[in-house]
Amino acid sequence: MLGTVAVVLFDGLAYGTLLFLISLGLSITLGLMNFINLAHGAFAMVGGYIAAVCMNRLGVPFLATLPLAFLGSALVGLLLETTLYRRLYQASHLDQVLFTIGLTFIMVASATYLFGPSQQPVRLPTFLIGQTTIFGLELGTYRLFLIACGASLIVGLGALLTRTRFGACIRAAVYNQRVAGALGIDVDRVFAATFALGSGLAGLGGALGIDVLGLDPTFPLKYLIYFLIVVAVGGAGTITGPLYAALLIGVADVGGKYYLPQTSGFIIYAVMILILVLRPGGLVRARGRA
Amino acid sequence: MSRVRIAEAAFWLGTLAAYFVFPEYLMLGSQIMITALFALSMDLILGYAGVVTLGHAAFFGVGAYCAGLLATHSLGAPLLGLLVAAAAAGVVGYLTSFLLVRGQDLTRLMMTLGVCMLLLETANHFSGITGGADGLQGMQMGKVLGLFAFDLYGRTAYLYALAVLFALFCLARRLTGSSFGLALRGIRENPRRMPAIGSPVARRLITVYTIAAMFAGVAGALLAQTTQFVALDVLGFNRSAEILIILILGGTGRLYGGLIGAVVFMVAQDHFSGVDPKYWQFWLGSLLVLIVLFARGGVLGGADRLLRTLRKK
Repeated sequence: MLGTVAVVLFDGLAYGTLLFLISLGLSITLGLMNFINLAHGAFAMVGGYIAAVCMNRLGVPFLATLPLAFLGSALVGLLLETTLYRRLYQASHLDQVLFTIGLTFIMVASATYLFGPSQQPVRLPTFLIGQTTIFGLELGTYRLFLIACGASLIVGLGALLTRTRFGACIRAAVYNQRVAGALGIDVDRVFAATFALGSGLAGLGGALGIDVLGLDPTFPLKYLIYFLIVVAVGGAGTITGPLYAALLIGVADVGGKYYLPQTSGFIIYAVMILILVLRPGGLVRARGRA
Repeated sequence: MSRVRIAEAAFWLGTLAAYFVFPEYLMLGSQIMITALFALSMDLILGYAGVVTLGHAAFFGVGAYCAGLLATHSLGAPLLGLLVAAAAAGVVGYLTSFLLVRGQDLTRLMMTLGVCMLLLETANHFSGITGGADGLQGMQMGKVLGLFAFDLYGRTAYLYALAVLFALFCLARRLTGSSFGLALRGIRENPRRMPAIGSPVARRLITVYTIAAMFAGVAGALLAQTTQFVALDVLGFNRSAEILIILILGGTGRLYGGLIGAVVFMVAQDHFSGVDPKYWQFWLGSLLVLIVLFARGGVLGGADRLLRTLRKK
């Protein structure tokens, strides 16, 4: 009994790690630029397809596709940020929602046209398949790998934000754009770089998630709600908020599906509504905000 | 002013004339009326009160299932169905509006979306009652007012939907023209300043959200009654997103925007999705992006600007 609880907890954490990787960029765009980017899931899809195409058509090994997925979707993000998104930072939230829904539709239709409507297969290296026994528990090796990836990325991102000059610029721009600009920080470039970073992470998450979340052209719409929940529940503009929220949602969703399969669909939405009723601004509030 | 009146009269006479001109398209016509009513209800909260929602299908679905379930339990009188649907959707709208008045745009988006998804899961879960993924079948519709039976060509459906749309449109027009409508516009323009001049923002939002929910419930009931079928997708995210798109396409905050948007959208969808549904989504997305970048205000907003430039010359 205790064993299954641990396994469910573990699977939930692995799932939550993926959600966190993909949602972090969304949280940053929202906190930094006050931009509601419903197309964010599409960047994850781009990463997923880059990995799938490299793997299945070009024969690149799985682990080598991950950096490609990161770079590819970061590039797509950078391109779209400088050409289109930038024009809409001052626009109303409604305009942003419509624009990004439109962009999502375009990307979904393009993916269907290019790769067909079916699920993409993934070939994991043999050492990531199967189970690993730790403390007498049978744990999925790939999920361990996911958690390890997530943990090292979180540590890396934390260091990037708190220890580097670039991180200081991002934090300054989040707290107060105008003052940051007055201090000589090129806020536009910080935005573009951050957007690219967020898109890249989403792409990486999409590539890592093919085995767990699946990958087909409806991916951005299917998981959009989960990403949004993570950000809304966690609170935008922080790293810790989406992290807690993603892990919470991951465990709640997996646990719900395992223990209450009849009502699993309810749980995630009920948890979200409950948290938003209690804390309309999310679990963790960004500093420098009312 | 009189020119506006003439244009309005022409619009409604046109919808009536369509009954005689396009007898083979009456089913599509009644679908357009229903979508127009749904868009109208969206306009009340989005166009007038400025609240962005991604879960308006919740009320459409509640209305559809109400009317559908009444008709499967041999209570198929159409007007009764509309009334019960409006009441049920109104209750759901009233209860969930308290979630809405907390929080800002993103929180609102998620709240409305969450409520809609909860209802969808509920409908899916109780498949014994709702038919689940197979849809609700076996509706026995009575005659409208006990006189006009629904026919295969959609003649009754068209006139019935048109009459309901017209009645509720007149109601919405009275509502938005009143001081209540003015207060809503004030909330849209500046939600911080309205309390300062003594306007109870939360109460106004709750009221208009409830009314809009009732309108949407009636639209859903109409769809169930005229097609005699209710599928789970009445509660789907796509329906909420689509109605948002339709309203934006037509133009927000002017009542006729939703109506024009529904006509343009449904006719285009009927035409293009017949060619290939995949490309339809592509063009729809492109259209949205272009509207946001270049054509704020939609069809009617564009027409306004055109008229203004013509007048200047």
